Amino acid sequence: MSILVDKNSKVITQGITGKSGSFHTKLCKEYGTQMIAGVSPGKAGGDFEGIPLFNTVAEAKRATGGNVSIIYVPPPFAADAIMEAVDADLDLVICITEGIPVLDMLKVQQFMRGRRTRLIGPNCPGVITPGEAKIGIMPGAIHQKGRIGVVSRSGTLTYEAVFQLTMLGLGQSTCVGIGGDPLNGTNFIDVLELFNKDPETDAVVMIGEIGGSAEEEAAAWVKANMKKPVVGFIAGASAPAGRRMGHAGAIISGSSGGAESKFEAMASAGIRITRSPAEIGSALKACLT
Amino acid sequence: MNLHEYQAKELLKKYNLPVIDGRLCYTPAEVEAAYDFFQTPLCVLKAQVHAGGRGKAGGIKLVKSPVEARTVAEQMIGMKLITPQTGSAGKIVKKVYLTKACDIDREFYLSLLVDRSKRAITLIASAEGGVDIEETAAKHPEKIVKLAFSSLGPQGFEVAKLAALFGVSGELAKKLGEIVINLYKAFTQRDFSLIEINPLVLTKSEEWVLLDAKCSVDENALYRQMELKGMADYDEIDPKDLKAGKFGLSYIALEGNIGCLVNGAGLAMATMDIIKLNGGNPANFLDVGGGASKETVVEAFKILLSDSQVRGILVNIFGGIMRCDLIASGIVEAASELGVKVPLVVRLQGTNVQQGREILSKSNLRIVPADTMDEAAKKIVAAVGR
Repeated sequence: MSILVDKNSKVITQGITGKSGSFHTKLCKEYGTQMIAGVSPGKAGGDFEGIPLFNTVAEAKRATGGNVSIIYVPPPFAADAIMEAVDADLDLVICITEGIPVLDMLKVQQFMRGRRTRLIGPNCPGVITPGEAKIGIMPGAIHQKGRIGVVSRSGTLTYEAVFQLTMLGLGQSTCVGIGGDPLNGTNFIDVLELFNKDPETDAVVMIGEIGGSAEEEAAAWVKANMKKPVVGFIAGASAPAGRRMGHAGAIISGSSGGAESKFEAMASAGIRITRSPAEIGSALKACLT
Repeated sequence: MNLHEYQAKELLKKYNLPVIDGRLCYTPAEVEAAYDFFQTPLCVLKAQVHAGGRGKAGGIKLVKSPVEARTVAEQMIGMKLITPQTGSAGKIVKKVYLTKACDIDREFYLSLLVDRSKRAITLIASAEGGVDIEETAAKHPEKIVKLAFSSLGPQGFEVAKLAALFGVSGELAKKLGEIVINLYKAFTQRDFSLIEINPLVLTKSEEWVLLDAKCSVDENALYRQMELKGMADYDEIDPKDLKAGKFGLSYIALEGNIGCLVNGAGLAMATMDIIKLNGGNPANFLDVGGGASKETVVEAFKILLSDSQVRGILVNIFGGIMRCDLIASGIVEAASELGVKVPLVVRLQGTNVQQGREILSKSNLRIVPADTMDEAAKKIVAAVGR
């Protein structure tokens, strides 16, 4: 089972001829993921390392039956790439691109309303179901097939947590990086809900960061709905209150946003919190026994 | 990226928003001349720094004559302004903005930003504008109104809600609606991440005036906002910060003595957290990003070593996109080229970690290796403490 992606996922790379697009498509393919098409306008008919190229996502889907896309397109064109993939009615779109303007993402959100495609990211490491499919930029080797779900706003900190789990012999069902941008396609609650329903996930690691109120909202959801143990960490407890302009941000977030408020919200929701980023794995292990 | 008040007002004027005439001045003589030009009984002199809370700190003064304006400017230009938003270091005032004064009847609060959880451009308003808006928000949340606009922008009923909150009707309500629509237009056309009008003033002669304006621009959109890009004030940015930005690094100076070099913002924060948990104090946040090269690692080291408080350095790299062997060569190159004299603890993990560790151990440099984050933090805290 796992969630979101598995060995049957057929992946189209958008921006396959760019530097990171080509590099990571190769790595994903080596991992065993079905990388079946690439989109690069004007290059239809050609191929990248044996992967056929198309001008548009719709053509790639029609020709290959791809149902997932991964996007490496540069920021000025990334929002358009997401909308193209959504319009092609794919199941899942994973956007790795970092630095997309907020107003572009607002447009994407509006475009997606009423459509069934799920977006992960942007500004995220992607999704991996160990042993089945790696659709992202995470190092495949640190993962191990297993029954722990991981959901995180961060990139490299997710690898850190996964590595700790693997070292303790705790494999992962699926690891999802939801991305660090203010507006993302899939949030903590969406992923927690999927893990809650997944018979192959026994417990979940949730990694948040200071800023916004997504962790507080997720904690409230966990309290009301989650049937499986959750371990939580928030990065940024030592970060000083940032130099900021004006008051609007503080008014909108009220008391939430800081690490303390997030840790508290998690703890009161029954999430087992760890204040040391080095003890995420051991905290999860303690939960299971 | 933040704009100065004078820049924000000049931009908002282009959207037919009611802004009082003002002049940017760098010298007391310019201030005096500007006052003369205005031919008005009362002016306000405002320090132009990127920080709120200027009024209480002495950065905003009423002046009644060209001579008084000049005298006040003499004190204000060059002064160190310390407000709750500048931190204890304060900010040196290098330029001032002289504007005509107006007869204030009532003060309101208006701002626009993207609300993450509502996923919408949201207007925040209060009939009690002025200096203590955050306190009002905390103690009397019922006095704050939030309107999350649809993709079509502000609608009539939303403007009516605002007019009712402000207790205005007729022509004033209509004009308030125009202000909201024009602010929204500016926000969307200029890729602002924040517009804050505090206060929005209703004058005794029943006119709306944007008395102060703070605007921040979405930095990810600067590539298509060339006019705004040109408004960046490099005096307002820490030189280390500026240098970091040039190499695609993200750097924030802190108070401690352990320099950190990490890839990824989340891991960088977690590294600072674990240094603190082990009794140490991070000197900075430094994220070398996902796609850093050997050259950027060398530059990152230069920035760390230019900070005289740094008594030890902790490198924590989890290679994903970034390969550990590349980072290791960067560290070796930087350490030998720059002659790192402080203790250096390096923790590498992830892609090509074995090759990376080999490069470090073969380098003959005094690099303390660590396998885990916790071990790395303990080692650097011990080394610096000694």
